[in-house]
Amino acid sequence: MGLEFLIYKAILVLIVFSITLLVATYSTYAERKIAAFLQDRIGPDRAGPFGILQPLADAVKMFMKEEMIPSVSNKALFIIGPGLCMLTACMTGVIIPWGKSINIGGTDYPMQIADVNIGILYLFGVLSIGVYGIMIGGWASNNKYSLLGAIRASSQMISYEVAMGISIIALVMVTGTLSTGEIAEQQHGWHWNVLVQPLGCLIFVICAFAETNRAPFDLPECETELVGGYHTEYSSMKLGLFLFAEYINMFVSSAVISTFYFGGYNMPLIGRWVHDPNWLAILGFVFLFMKIVGFIFFFMWVRWTLPRFRYDQLMNLGWKILIPLSILNLVLTGSWMMRHEIMAYFAK
Amino acid sequence: MQALTNRSQVVSKKEMTLIEKMYLPAIFSGMWITFTHLFKKSATIKYPEQTREFSGIYRGQHVLKRDEKGAERCTACGLCAVACPAEAITMTSAERKPGEEHLYREEKYAATYEINMLRCIFCGDCEEACPKEAIFLTDRKVESFYTRKEFIYGKSILVEDKNNPIDLTKRQTPDVKGFKLDKNYAHNQTFDKNKKAKVAGHH
Repeated sequence: MGLEFLIYKAILVLIVFSITLLVATYSTYAERKIAAFLQDRIGPDRAGPFGILQPLADAVKMFMKEEMIPSVSNKALFIIGPGLCMLTACMTGVIIPWGKSINIGGTDYPMQIADVNIGILYLFGVLSIGVYGIMIGGWASNNKYSLLGAIRASSQMISYEVAMGISIIALVMVTGTLSTGEIAEQQHGWHWNVLVQPLGCLIFVICAFAETNRAPFDLPECETELVGGYHTEYSSMKLGLFLFAEYINMFVSSAVISTFYFGGYNMPLIGRWVHDPNWLAILGFVFLFMKIVGFIFFFMWVRWTLPRFRYDQLMNLGWKILIPLSILNLVLTGSWMMRHEIMAYFAK
Repeated sequence: MQALTNRSQVVSKKEMTLIEKMYLPAIFSGMWITFTHLFKKSATIKYPEQTREFSGIYRGQHVLKRDEKGAERCTACGLCAVACPAEAITMTSAERKPGEEHLYREEKYAATYEINMLRCIFCGDCEEACPKEAIFLTDRKVESFYTRKEFIYGKSILVEDKNNPIDLTKRQTPDVKGFKLDKNYAHNQTFDKNKKAKVAGHH
């Protein structure tokens, strides 16, 4: 592990980090535009051509706003909350394989920051820490609305992580690996996991909506009931970080869904026309990015279509429907994998 | 019970079928509906650049008219102020001096005439009350300002420019004019204690 390797990794981290931030920034713009288009409006169009500088204006506004910390709050935790939220949101991008390796001068440069062999486990670990930021922030505010929002966030996270985990176990059984890089590699051509695991994919996508606190699962911050939910007391850039973390989570969730179920950087048939491996790697990144953008659009599309769940409906869906379904999916997957042994047993 | 209209529907609380319980078909149909809206024409009018077309009888900013010779028609009778439900109009009157005949049409005129545009509800009652055809609402919009004071319009804004008279033909149609001048209507009958004013009748 030489210096060159460290520099390369540092550059890669920087690139992924800035792309994540850029996409999250423009997701706020896209959200407002898509909301507008779905409601027959125009959306922001004053800052720059087509309102393209709107995120910049929003950011300036967020920075310029007065910073308020309630005197009855736990100040240290109040500040740690949004920081933790943002940190965990950025950490998940590490295990996403953004493309195949690029070969420069005989050395392979993989487009994945860390291809840990327990990538999925790492993802789950970081995802579950993600709710701590919301919980700590909501609790430290010393406000009933914030606390309710934080409680909702954590109970929602616990309920949906179970179903999500079980649906992922089925995926791991099929692919036989916990490494995200390998999962992406296995899906070359048409071997997308969504074709093997349609039910698991559906459950995973639904749980991803719940994990990112996006509508129709945005109960932790539902403004009609809880003022602002866990970020009621937050202002200025701390509020900005909370909102921003949601968009980063959405970006990473889209990347994870594309990687796990929709072929990652693979695109069917592209090998027929492009043969240079470096070009293939770059095109792979472009394809993955297109898939991610598609899923981000999907996230927003759902948000502006479906109304929010009631709290009991949320719990019913999580515990009574998604968990049994994911267990069913697990059993079916296992039976299919062991079908020869089972047939042999009954044939005896 | 007898139904009042044919539109009423009996509420049904039947059990949902399996497909309905899955919700997914309903979700997808809803998403299809919102998706089609992506391609629909937006209803937005980009206001400062584009303006909505006003109807000919739009009730916007008031004007104090001059007569054919350019003299102010308003005699400060105060009927508009009385008619105003929002109490937006105030005025002080003054007597016309010799030599001012080209400025004011009758012996009495409004020395000051103010409309508080923040109070005004643009109902048009002042226009209807005016016996001298002096005040009218026009299709102009009231501008926006930063202070409340600026919304109190005085004569300098309200009285029309002598060289640039405001066209009211859309608003003051012959019918409207006839209505105003018709002696059969109560508003045009001279006040007489012994004679009861006729109630507004038919033409």
